[in-house]
Amino acid sequence: MKAMRDVWGEKLVELGARDGRTVVLDGDLGNSTKVDKFAKAYPERFFQMGIAEQNLVGAAAGLASVGYVPWTSSFTVFFTHRAIDPIRMLVAQSHANVKIVGSYSGLLIGAVGKTHLDVQDLAIMRAMPDMTVLSPVDEAELVAMMDWAQAYDGPVYLRIVRDGVPDVFDSSYAFTVGAVHRIRHGADVALVSTGPQSARVLAAADQLGAHGVAAAVVHVPCLKPLDEDALRDSLAGHDLVVTVEEHSVLGGLGGLVAEVLTAKGAAPRIERIGINDTWGESAGNDFMLTKHGLAPELISQRVLGVLSSRVAS
Amino acid sequence: MTSDNVVHDEPDVRPDLASVAQQARWQVIKTVTGAKAGHIGGPLSMMDLLVTLYFEELRVDPSDPRDPNRDRFVLSKGHAAVGLYSVLALRGFLPLDELATFDKGDSRLQGHPDVTRLPGLDSSTGSLGQGLSAGVGMALGAKLGQKDFHTWVMLGDGEIQEGMVWEAVQVAARYKLANLTAIVDRNGLQQFGLPSSPETTPTDRGDRRDPWFGVDLAAVFQAFGWRVVEIDGHDYQQIRSAYKLARSGDYEKRPTVIIAHTAKGKGLSLAEGAYAWHSIVPTAEDFERARQELDPDELDMLDNYPTPQTGALS
Repeated sequence: MKAMRDVWGEKLVELGARDGRTVVLDGDLGNSTKVDKFAKAYPERFFQMGIAEQNLVGAAAGLASVGYVPWTSSFTVFFTHRAIDPIRMLVAQSHANVKIVGSYSGLLIGAVGKTHLDVQDLAIMRAMPDMTVLSPVDEAELVAMMDWAQAYDGPVYLRIVRDGVPDVFDSSYAFTVGAVHRIRHGADVALVSTGPQSARVLAAADQLGAHGVAAAVVHVPCLKPLDEDALRDSLAGHDLVVTVEEHSVLGGLGGLVAEVLTAKGAAPRIERIGINDTWGESAGNDFMLTKHGLAPELISQRVLGVLSSRVAS
Repeated sequence: MTSDNVVHDEPDVRPDLASVAQQARWQVIKTVTGAKAGHIGGPLSMMDLLVTLYFEELRVDPSDPRDPNRDRFVLSKGHAAVGLYSVLALRGFLPLDELATFDKGDSRLQGHPDVTRLPGLDSSTGSLGQGLSAGVGMALGAKLGQKDFHTWVMLGDGEIQEGMVWEAVQVAARYKLANLTAIVDRNGLQQFGLPSSPETTPTDRGDRRDPWFGVDLAAVFQAFGWRVVEIDGHDYQQIRSAYKLARSGDYEKRPTVIIAHTAKGKGLSLAEGAYAWHSIVPTAEDFERARQELDPDELDMLDNYPTPQTGALS
């Protein structure tokens, strides 16, 4: 199982080889985020912008305006919080061809604490007109998204994680903007997730199966733009929908699903699992997944609890 | 030095620049008065710099505003948009009468420059302090692609209080962007700032304190590794020379900053040096005074003369 940051670094090198317009801007974290691979392969197209993320984003917009395809690299939090105004004006409002790649997204980024954890990036980027918001589950999806983003002329936010993630798709996976993927069928409950959390949700569905509960799993890799009818179709017939995300329950995937399902027809009950309007902390991965209810056994327990309370009432 | 090498000074002022700048200033007053919104002080202070740039220095073609080899210009002090629109109109990028749509819904002439709407703009600006970063990216791209276009960025001296500017300043020097020039419209005033005091009076303009009182801005840029040229931003000969020097590059490959000393509201006695004219809608009386000051005969002729519709429409 390859670390997602290695997949990203290696794919960048391939894009660099294939397309001379590819440039990379680093915020002095290249040896963490693995864009050092690109720096080594194409030093003249690698720009070390230093610990100055606002200028990094602005310079990327300038490079895009003269014909390059800039990929920007830093930790998620420094883009969606530190550099959000240049992202707003110079990238999104300008429809600049800039790919903003937040490495170390979610909760599982090593023991760094709340200052480096970003539990709001999806909410912030979803609220940004003109931005495409991508959250891949595994290697195949990340690679396909990067191919798509290289060809797409416009702003993209891509949220990736540090560590290795289990494969959900194989190399035949084709990325379509806005599409949702029902990766497991089941009539009793629908679980919706995004990013590598979708793999943990699949594991939770296995556990639910052992309890006689058939859980559908829907993976949403592209939060914006979204084929809203496709999401509604994939959840049709379910009276309980549970969203699970490595992100705040406010405004991210849970918010998105609630918005879409309540916009047309009778809405199911929507249970949102994620970070409950609080900050992160320094801790290992298992601690984080347990504390925030994102480990497979905690998800399945929570679903069983909701189902039994509904039967009782 | 032999006599062959003697460089004869050109005339101090080329009448055409002064006349264009005067027309552009009048368009600013007229447009802001008509729109009942916009800025006056900043557009007027930078006007001689902008007119000299667009009418003598900038390698741009109004009939081909997207030419990939054109010089790039970023108005980082985006609130002075109406000044840029006036110059772009006089230079043929848009019809002069389109200025009447300034700040109105669906107009290409938004309150702050919108790169998605108006050909001839190279960057959206308005949220201050971001334009130099965009310019850094353009200059990096020119170097990488071995293109010889030059990138020019106009900043306000109040604007450069923004920290992001100094991020860009560092990178421009580190990457030896001699193909990048920053122009600081050093009018000594910002929107509100602080009142002047006995301590600040000697260098202050009017009743407000210089945003950089007590700071040697030239020394600051120099310490960051930039080549600094300090000029009178209303003296065409000095402006012209500074631009030529900036474009000619630098043997140390430093980016150039032109610190141009100007007067806020220049050209309109009511507005000159008055911070309150940063953003104001002139009264009917002030508007008439402006017309009188800016040479009524010429302006009447300009207003009544059918201007060619040469604007590059998107």
